[in-house]
Amino acid sequence: MAEHLMEARDVAKRFGPVVALRSADLVVEPGEVHALLGANGAGKSTLVKILTGVLQADSGTIAVDGRSARVRSPSSAARIGLAPVFQDPALVPDLTVSANLRMTRSDVDAVRRELASLELDVDLGALVGDLPLPTLRMVDLARALAREPRLLLLDEITAALPSDLAERVFVAMRNQRERGRSVLFITHRLNEVIQNCDRATILRDGGAVATIVPEEGGEELIVTHMLGEDVARAALAAAEQPAVLRRSRETADETPSLEVEKLTTPGVHDLSFTLSAGEVLGIAALEGQGQGELFDALAGAVPASSGEIRVAGKPLEPRHPSDSIRAGLVLVPADRLHALLPQRSVRENIAAPRYSSVRRWGPISMRDEGRRVREAIDALDIDTRAARQVRRLSGGNQQKVTIARWLASGFRTMLCFDPTRGIDVGTKRQIYALLRGLADDGAAILFFSSELAEFPLVCDRVLTLYGGRITAELPGAAADEGALLRAMHGLVEEEGAAA
Amino acid sequence: MSEPAATTFGEARRQLDVRRLARRHGWTVGVFVLLLVIVLYWRSSTAVAWGPFDVQSVAIDAMPLAFAACGQAIAIISGGIDLSIGSLMALVNVVAARWMVTMSLREAIFFMLLIVLAGALAGALTGTLIVVTRVADIIVTLSMLFVWAGAALAVMTIPGGGIPPRLGTLVTVDTVFTTWLPAALVILVGVVAVVWIPIRSSRLGLALYAVGSNRNAAYLAGVNVARTRIAAYALSGTFAALGGLALTMASGIGDPHAGDIYTLNSVAAVVLGGVSLLGGVGGLIGPIAAAFVLTLVKTVLIIRGVDQNWAQVIQGTLIVVVMMLGGLALRQKGKSGT
Amino acid sequence: MTTTPVPETRRIEVRRLLGDNPAIVLTFVFVGLFIATDIVNRVQSGHAFATPKQLSTTFLYAAVLGLIAAGQTLVMLTGGVDLSVATTVTAAAFTVSRVGTHGAAESIALALGVGLLIGAVNGVGVSIFRVNPLIMTLGVSVITLGLLTVEAQGQFTALVPDFVATLGSERVLSYIPYDLFIWAPIAAVIILGLRYSGIGRMIYAVGDNPVAARLGGVRVWQVQLFVYAMCGVLSALGGILLVGFNNAADLGIGAPFLLPSVAAVVIGGTSIFGGSGGYAGTIFGALILTVLDSLLVILNASQATRQILYGLIVLGLAAIYARTSSSS
Repeated sequence: MAEHLMEARDVAKRFGPVVALRSADLVVEPGEVHALLGANGAGKSTLVKILTGVLQADSGTIAVDGRSARVRSPSSAARIGLAPVFQDPALVPDLTVSANLRMTRSDVDAVRRELASLELDVDLGALVGDLPLPTLRMVDLARALAREPRLLLLDEITAALPSDLAERVFVAMRNQRERGRSVLFITHRLNEVIQNCDRATILRDGGAVATIVPEEGGEELIVTHMLGEDVARAALAAAEQPAVLRRSRETADETPSLEVEKLTTPGVHDLSFTLSAGEVLGIAALEGQGQGELFDALAGAVPASSGEIRVAGKPLEPRHPSDSIRAGLVLVPADRLHALLPQRSVRENIAAPRYSSVRRWGPISMRDEGRRVREAIDALDIDTRAARQVRRLSGGNQQKVTIARWLASGFRTMLCFDPTRGIDVGTKRQIYALLRGLADDGAAILFFSSELAEFPLVCDRVLTLYGGRITAELPGAAADEGALLRAMHGLVEEEGAAA
Repeated sequence: MSEPAATTFGEARRQLDVRRLARRHGWTVGVFVLLLVIVLYWRSSTAVAWGPFDVQSVAIDAMPLAFAACGQAIAIISGGIDLSIGSLMALVNVVAARWMVTMSLREAIFFMLLIVLAGALAGALTGTLIVVTRVADIIVTLSMLFVWAGAALAVMTIPGGGIPPRLGTLVTVDTVFTTWLPAALVILVGVVAVVWIPIRSSRLGLALYAVGSNRNAAYLAGVNVARTRIAAYALSGTFAALGGLALTMASGIGDPHAGDIYTLNSVAAVVLGGVSLLGGVGGLIGPIAAAFVLTLVKTVLIIRGVDQNWAQVIQGTLIVVVMMLGGLALRQKGKSGT
Repeated sequence: MTTTPVPETRRIEVRRLLGDNPAIVLTFVFVGLFIATDIVNRVQSGHAFATPKQLSTTFLYAAVLGLIAAGQTLVMLTGGVDLSVATTVTAAAFTVSRVGTHGAAESIALALGVGLLIGAVNGVGVSIFRVNPLIMTLGVSVITLGLLTVEAQGQFTALVPDFVATLGSERVLSYIPYDLFIWAPIAAVIILGLRYSGIGRMIYAVGDNPVAARLGGVRVWQVQLFVYAMCGVLSALGGILLVGFNNAADLGIGAPFLLPSVAAVVIGGTSIFGGSGGYAGTIFGALILTVLDSLLVILNASQATRQILYGLIVLGLAAIYARTSSSS
């Protein structure tokens, strides 16, 4: 029998009373692309941290080439031929890219070669803090590749990448495999697994439940393993529900909840659209096409330079988030750290926006607060077992809290910026159903997602942005990945010219 | 993915470089301009002819603060803060004055080397405590402020002691090449260059900046965060010891309260010198220039006949106003940017 | 399941309980320290320390620190720090004795006004001009002290009004210090206000995550201005009680309270980075530091030893606290 490249057996880890990993097994063979999958809280990130030396396992063994290996720190992981690309960038913002490379004893020329083969032109003299996140992910990847690792570990690298860059990552993964080396690939996007991975190990509740060949089983088999059969069936049912609801909804022809006219701000040019009550309007775009700036301007985080915003017919010129919130225009940001108070309780988090204005600084009616918070928790089905501090919740539950805040304080239009980033399939489906439900109750929702498959599930209409301008408008049902991708690359208008 | 033509691309990049340089070094240049303005003002405001002696006296006055600012800058660049600098300087001051008074010049110089080494160890102890106890830097160094200040009082409760006369004149009288270049200034620049330049360009230097910039990213990139932070405080302690020795040589005696003002003033000099209190940004040149600015402001005011206390008020107001303007500039930048 | 894991889990639970409720640990520390002081005192002088009288004296002394640390708690909960509290104390004490001849009401009002002004300047600098709190408050402290020194050089009759002296040094029913009538209601308002008022929630929100607070509609500068102004007023109140106790003001009167005010907050379990903690812990912090001071006096420790011990104890308690709270 050929030797395994890496073999982890019975790896366990607990944090105080919380068991993060019961007993996880993972075997990676030479020359394969292996996916590691699991719902939030399944123990995926803990296992990754143990493999890369960020955390130490309580028990279990890790062997490389059949010899047992101890990984005490990220730097010792490199010595056994493991090159990780972490979920958080391992690049220091105040140093230049080349200083970062020198700091990690990387071969700068090799990194430059890898960047070239990834078709990227990065100025190595630039400060890391000045570069956009997707570029940093790619630099991280190039640095890892430059070490010529036996095992490349990619932890949710595609979560922050636009699809064109994600495609280059897949090419790099295939190259790695062709050279007889291996990749351990962690992602929440199942289609990426099916298209690119030879095998997949699925974790559930801190243990490995199966190792499968993704191409054979397909998405539903993976989901079944990830969630357990009962939960999977329920989640499937929930996912089908929105489609039914959408068909039954009638189009309202009152004053639109949100009208945007000729909105201009750095990155956004002359943008105009309307959003009606009861509608979910999707915004699809590659990374950095002005969607972030659009959401920031509407939410009042960064004032727009010109243009008009009308909320329910009334003009709004937000100079501060509180202006937008008062008008009922609320933001659910992609980064949960932009919404949550990690050390405070679930209750305080959900109630917080209610006290933001000076007029509400007086005594709190605890009964009223309790009722509103309970209703929001019930509506979102938030797991409140670790409710004392929001940071102890799982990612999915944290995301639900960010939405629950607005349910408890009331809103007219919700701006959801990538609300399902980095959360598991089951929770994602709950959020789709919730957004549809809110729209059916008369809310208006502006919805951006980096995952194209979500648009037909959630949206009535989809606008695509390219270079800060709207390039196309598609009905939700017609917004399949192919159509979206073409419009997102600005190909609709230029089709004739490009040919 | 349309590629811009090569020339425009190069041009854009050159522009970017200029802007980058301005952003990285603009503040330091500004501090030097401020220093120049004050020097010119000082020159125009003295009735008596302005001579080498004045340069000498400013260099002597500024030297302890300049060393303290260097130590503080390194602590802050690495993401910490050292509130114990002032009292460690006082401890060094009283130890040196108490025992060097009877020494020969050669013994005294050897003793001073020992003291600098001890300063490094004291700083390393502080750093180790921070790393091991995982208590916030500000609390640990605040506690060490008490410990060193108490130790200084144990050595000497009232001002006293002394130094070999030749050692004092080395700093207060000697000049190099020309009478316009005081030995104090040469020692300051020389010591900082010898200690800092090799470190700055080494991997330890990069690690100091990295740990201060983003500790988690630095750790994931394989930097030994604990060791780096301890090294930062060891350097801070080294410079505190140098500052304490400078203080001793300039004043000629030991005073357990001599260091009190240096904790605040070192932080002020560091911030005025363009080091971000968030860590990861800045250097030592700015803080040293800022130390001269702070010293000069007070000197000039007193020369102009302003009451000592008013001079303090004005100096404090200047620090606060400069910080407010800096904050306002930062805010403006934040608004126009992302 | 064997029996071994059981004590393990129980220990972790106890740990978490302590981490979540620092008041339990702090009560033990306070009582333990009080008993230790009693034992030391009996050995040294044959007198008991654990008497109602001494307990009452502890509260009398602790009120000043407790009030100053109350302001410091509010500021530190927002992630800031106020290093001008000691000078504010001095300024208030000096104001009381400077205008004491005009009567108690006027001098107290003026002293509180001075505190509010200093706090407001700090608040404007930190919240609107975004100056680092450490620098802003230190700078304001230097300026204030300079101005006080200039003012103290002038001619005036220093007088501490009787009412202020009574408030700061005497007791009702021979055991209850008057200053407790100031401290206790303020403590109650702060403890309840932090938990059950909108501003309380916003103080935690701003300290825990200013970005999220802003995106949630909070105008962060309003909250910051509020806490610094309150800190100025509370420190001034501490200064008024202190000058009443000392019956005279000098320019060094506030200085010994700067580091203890920060230490009391830290010992009380408020995070130096803001967002968690509360005033109840700070009260224990102030009491613990006060007893500690008595113990050092009884031990006849020199200024040098007291300082060193003080530093080590603050560090030790902070380390213990860090250990119990970081179990998760």
